[in-house]
Amino acid sequence: MAENQSSKATPVDTGNISEAHFKAYWRANLLLMAALLAIWALVSFGAAILFRETLDQFSIGGAPFGFWMAQQGSIYVFVILIFAYSVLMHRLERKYGIDDDMD
Amino acid sequence: MDILGLSPELFWTALFVISSFGLYIGIAIWARAGSTQDFYVAGHDVPPIFNGMATAADWMSAASFLSMAGIIAFSGYDGSVYLMGWTGGYVLLALLLAPYLRKFGKFTVPDFVGDRYYSQAARIVAVICALFISFTYIAGQMRGVGIAFSNFLHVPIEGGVIIGAIIVLFYAALGGMKGITYTQVAQYCVLIFAFMVPAIFLSLQITGSPIPQLGLIGNAQDGLPLLQSLDTTLTDLGFSAYTAGTKARIDVFAITLALMVGTAGLPHVIIRFFTVPKASDARKSAGWALVFIAILYTTAPAVAIFARANFIESVNESRWSDAAAAGTIDRATLGEGETPAWFYNWRDTGLLDAEDRNGDGRIQYRADPETNEVTHLDRDIFVLANPEIGGLPAWVIGLVVAGGLAAALSTAAGLLMVISSAVSHDLCRKVLFTSMSDTQELLTARLAAVAAVLVAIYAGINPPGFVAAVVAFAFGLAAASFFPAILLGIFWTRMNKHGAICGMTAGLVTTAAYIVHFKIGFSSVVMGACAALAALALLVLFFGTRKTGQLPVLLGMSGLAGIIAITGLAGMLPDFTMGSAQSWFLGISPEGFGAIGMILSFAVSISVSLLTPSPPDAIRTMVENIRIPSARKHVDHNSAASNQ
Repeated sequence: MAENQSSKATPVDTGNISEAHFKAYWRANLLLMAALLAIWALVSFGAAILFRETLDQFSIGGAPFGFWMAQQGSIYVFVILIFAYSVLMHRLERKYGIDDDMD
Repeated sequence: MDILGLSPELFWTALFVISSFGLYIGIAIWARAGSTQDFYVAGHDVPPIFNGMATAADWMSAASFLSMAGIIAFSGYDGSVYLMGWTGGYVLLALLLAPYLRKFGKFTVPDFVGDRYYSQAARIVAVICALFISFTYIAGQMRGVGIAFSNFLHVPIEGGVIIGAIIVLFYAALGGMKGITYTQVAQYCVLIFAFMVPAIFLSLQITGSPIPQLGLIGNAQDGLPLLQSLDTTLTDLGFSAYTAGTKARIDVFAITLALMVGTAGLPHVIIRFFTVPKASDARKSAGWALVFIAILYTTAPAVAIFARANFIESVNESRWSDAAAAGTIDRATLGEGETPAWFYNWRDTGLLDAEDRNGDGRIQYRADPETNEVTHLDRDIFVLANPEIGGLPAWVIGLVVAGGLAAALSTAAGLLMVISSAVSHDLCRKVLFTSMSDTQELLTARLAAVAAVLVAIYAGINPPGFVAAVVAFAFGLAAASFFPAILLGIFWTRMNKHGAICGMTAGLVTTAAYIVHFKIGFSSVVMGACAALAALALLVLFFGTRKTGQLPVLLGMSGLAGIIAITGLAGMLPDFTMGSAQSWFLGISPEGFGAIGMILSFAVSISVSLLTPSPPDAIRTMVENIRIPSARKHVDHNSAASNQ
């Protein structure tokens, strides 16, 4: 549990966590979520739909970039986003001592 | 050439279909369910990667497997709405819903809605949404199963639907979620293999690369980019360029959003995340699910351009032969420049037709209906006929059929699970007969599965008109009802039962009305059917929320709806004409209206919640504990001051 010491000085082994501790964790989670969802919206609704014509001036291989984002690129980004969230969230939960590793 | 007296195609198809069905039945016997825990959530112990595979199979229906590549091949850029819409929803699921719903730890989506909103009425509204969405969806799957059987195994559609339904029923009723999960893992393997084999062959032929995904950005054997040549060919024939798209931008935006949010709100997808051991596994599992889905979804756009290019090259300006069409000469002898044998073969199934109308002995494929001679072209042809178009061996065709069936059956099973648990667990155990024991509940669940299958068989044989609008209905309604209610339930502690009930109802009714108006039209019979559904819903609400000493308002309303239903079904109400595309709201098609329904549902939920009392403190504690992945820790409100 060494990682818990590095965060707030809240005792984490007593079973319950304090409200302040919980709020800090939840704020960090919301921030992470907002950042990842911004990327999600940017690649799909942004690059593939709204700014498509601009991006189509560039190309990836033989395909216009905006078109490629709409058909393949955004899907690759979605996969990366979920795994990134999974890893970063796990780190966050360990930091706050509320991960479910031992459950 | 015949094997055991059957043509090679028929032999291989029968072999693959029968052996894959045998495999599913074997797994079902191995994974029997002993408890309600096993039956509803596979004992909460499915490893994330297996659950990811099962989710992928659950998710990818006959439409993804058979129709999607064809739709993209026809619509080019416009087809992107399905590619992004049906994958982007997993980001929402993984980030916003799955881990919290898993931590909540119950069996069904109405479970969450009913508990979080401390209300039987909310639970019943959720049950009604879940049943309506799942029944629409399952009817489409059963129809797909019937068509696969009738086209390939020469079994009548009725027989095909019944065989498929019995197989699904066997492992759903026996094994519940546990049986379904492990059969879905096997079905995923069958379907992805069946989709990739022809795609890889085609990719090798056309681009020389074994990775079909690269075909979208690659060059053809002549060194020119494939997409560029396809754009030129299509515009020469009078079609719009493949990369251009014809839908309005706002419609593309709305459809993509509705499909993404609808995906995240579909009950048969959500319940898959209840089967993993813990909250962090739900996130991983969503990631794996999307990986497995992405393998097919990134291949589909490449298959689409291969198929469209191949089709034009081999059919356009080819020499037509009436003798080959009538089958009086051996089609295998057709040579270079002649309409290929597969064209005549598929013409026999009715999915494809051509007519040399200008009598020049050649087939012209054009956008202009005046000069176009390919008179009928079913979009499903592109995946089904790909093996023949590419000249692949007969066993590949059998594989594709088995894959299509795996896709349809796995989705049907997931939906069946939602229907059976909504009826047995949510409706019977939690609302109508609260004193039920576990054993009785399990029996009810199995009986409900049987009843649901009978309805699905009927709907598969006599598809009701709304099956054609299945995508609009299922995704639109999930987006407009479940998604806002679940999301606000997790992220906004102030959200109360009044907000949830009003929000779900407003989203559901508005979206359904819009889709019916523009896809089916409010005729007297349709209005009667809607009123009958409303009467039934109100009756269940009455029995579920009955208190002594209260005026039976709901019962009265139900009676009134019943009278309207009878008048409507008797044809005595006025018929309204179906809406046309010109009068779409903001130019948004019925498929995209779920996005508007969702916004409406959010707005109604939030305003009604703010105008009515806060939820009880116990609910706030419940929501806070859902937000903590660890099962051992709770928020301690007393210690707040000392740590700030």
